[in-house]
Amino acid sequence: MPAQSQSGGPSVAFDAVAKTYAGGVRAVDGVTLHVEGGEFVALVGASGSGKSTLLKMINRLHEPSEGVITIGGQAVGDSPPHELRRRIGYVFQNIGLFPHMNVAENIAIGMRLRGEKRNDARVGELLELVDLPADFAQRMPDALSGGQRQRVGVARALAAEPKLMLMDEPFGALDPLTRDTLGQAVRRLHERLGLTTIMVTHDMAEALLLADRILVMEAGRIVADASPHGMLTGKGGAAADALVAVPRDQAHALSRIEAGE
Amino acid sequence: MNGAFARVPDLLAQHILLSAAALLLGLVISLPLTILSARSPAVARVTLGFASLVQTVPALALLALFYPLLLFISGLVGGGVPALGFLPSLLALSLYALLPILRNGVTGLVNLDPAVIEAADGVGMTARQKLWLVEAPLVVPVLMAGIRTAAVWTIGAATLATTVGQPCLGDLIFAGLQTQNWTLVIAGCIASAGLALAVDALLGLAERGLRARKRGQVWVALGLLLTGVVIALWPVLPTGNADKRVVIGAKGFSEQYILARMIGHRLEDAGYSVTYREGLGSAVVFGALASGDIDVYVDYSGTIWTNEMHRTETPSRPEIVRGVAEWAKREHGIALIGPLGFENSYGFAMRGADAKRRGIRSLTDLAPQSGALAFGTDLEFLERPEWAAVKKAYPLHFKSAQAYAPTFMYRAIESGKADVISIFSSDGRIAKLGLTVLTDPRHAIPGYDAILMVSPQRADDAKFVGAIRPLVNAIPVDAMRRANYMVDRDSGKVSPDAAARWLEKQVGLNDSAG
Repeated sequence: MPAQSQSGGPSVAFDAVAKTYAGGVRAVDGVTLHVEGGEFVALVGASGSGKSTLLKMINRLHEPSEGVITIGGQAVGDSPPHELRRRIGYVFQNIGLFPHMNVAENIAIGMRLRGEKRNDARVGELLELVDLPADFAQRMPDALSGGQRQRVGVARALAAEPKLMLMDEPFGALDPLTRDTLGQAVRRLHERLGLTTIMVTHDMAEALLLADRILVMEAGRIVADASPHGMLTGKGGAAADALVAVPRDQAHALSRIEAGE
Repeated sequence: MNGAFARVPDLLAQHILLSAAALLLGLVISLPLTILSARSPAVARVTLGFASLVQTVPALALLALFYPLLLFISGLVGGGVPALGFLPSLLALSLYALLPILRNGVTGLVNLDPAVIEAADGVGMTARQKLWLVEAPLVVPVLMAGIRTAAVWTIGAATLATTVGQPCLGDLIFAGLQTQNWTLVIAGCIASAGLALAVDALLGLAERGLRARKRGQVWVALGLLLTGVVIALWPVLPTGNADKRVVIGAKGFSEQYILARMIGHRLEDAGYSVTYREGLGSAVVFGALASGDIDVYVDYSGTIWTNEMHRTETPSRPEIVRGVAEWAKREHGIALIGPLGFENSYGFAMRGADAKRRGIRSLTDLAPQSGALAFGTDLEFLERPEWAAVKKAYPLHFKSAQAYAPTFMYRAIESGKADVISIFSSDGRIAKLGLTVLTDPRHAIPGYDAILMVSPQRADDAKFVGAIRPLVNAIPVDAMRRANYMVDRDSGKVSPDAAARWLEKQVGLNDSAG
């Protein structure tokens, strides 16, 4: 296993952050929030609730209209976007592997951007980290399955040894089995590498199983903020309860089927 | 047959250089525009709109438009900008190449997978890194398809560069069309189509290489293209003394081709290296002489009298020649060396039997009957001041008026599609077809002595002028007609060069040819 720095991931803070798109749609409507270093936070909500916009303002894929976002106490606007993003891992649903580069070139892109020489040993470590065989290095992206591609996507995001991981529906396009395996793998990496991870998902079950803390968004505001246990025991409030009810009812139904009732 | 293909290598080389330069300039202009247009829909509307607009202008018209434009620019900067030949051809063809490159490039960039672009931003690429590492490699195959289209269009449209005096494969096609020498036309077509197919195949190979990420294949294809351009460059590289190189101009009909060769033969004998710019329009050729793009050509006194000097009165032939000589010297520094000894006047002719039946001998007789008659003219006549003067002097109202290339005009009167045609009085076909030339009792049409015109740069060059002076007053109209007919007739036709040799012999000018 690669020797990773054991210093924990940075904290991320939002201070009265809002985003209004051209045309007046207010996607994020005044969010103030503190994510502790090392936390695994899931942002849950329906489509259009503003959760992706909130996430993408952290690495400045979107710029906030109001308010300030800080990482480890430093405002994200202090450095040019490309420098900021090179310190942050970013994984998203459509993966976006570069189709004209092989797996090794995709994983090593961050090193190339910083002008470093290609390090095949490092590429090998990262492939191992995401449970892919070393001989995948020379394959082209179109020769991989969806799950394999997203593993490469995760390896690419980890290549720069970021302490903060942003994940936007990372498993949304994967089949349930792959989705579960990869989710578990990401959670283990989060712990082993001491990351701060913020993951957007519309799947409450996934959030409950992977995250330390769940934030529910609705119409650009955070309407619930609780641990998975808290969510399941009604501490999230009415909006959260409705979301939690679905997987809980399914789980209960499955248990009854299993018990032969 | 061999004669027709003998000129192909030189013209092919010129054609390749012109097309390659135009394509390269088109690329240099369109690539930055492509990037700007892909970034901003507002810019794209302007650039693609402009490129599409250019595309709607016929290539021939686009080439023609650059002539006055460059003359104007040359005037603004105090001269020195060539308005004929390579420059206008290059500019017009480059503009023509813009659209396919721009459209494919912009379409390719705009349609890139947004996930790939998001990933490029997400891993921390700067705009420049994103362009070179992601956008360019992914768009290049699409762009290459546009470059292929542009290359084929450019090679095809370059045949029209003949009309602005740029040597290219179009020289064969235009000369062949004027003299009904179909072998020449076919030689020009085969050569330009073959070139287009070869370039398309090589660029296609490069494009497939790019798509399949086979670098070797791409380099082989581009290497072969580059080799072709280098080989084409070889014969064009300047050799010898610039002072010894002369360019002889000619308008687009047989007599002009023959006279240009006669001038050329004399200059070659005097040690000059001669090139020909043939098929130039009447207005273009005079400007070309004034600006020094060509060194010498034969014009007709009445043409300059009416078209350039805008005179409407019609004094005697010697007075017109004198007037033109003084004016050309004074206004442009052009030297009129002297008349060649024959006149090639504009006139009107009808089928002999037809004229007899209708009792038409003159334009005065023609006027009242013109409403029932179809008029056929050469390509210029309806726009020329002579036609305006004739209409003013005689109330002509033809049933229809149609412009033809000269050879087709004679076919039209032969077949009855035209009843009256505009003719050149030195044309050998008039007598052969039994046409009646109508008289001009009101003297609406001035005299048209063939006159030898020399550019300002050569006007005081005693050796140059000495070499061509023997042509003055040396060619009787009968000999000229017969030489013209040798080129124009349908069967047993000879090349303008051979007709020139024949004419030289007839008038005793071949003594120095050995």
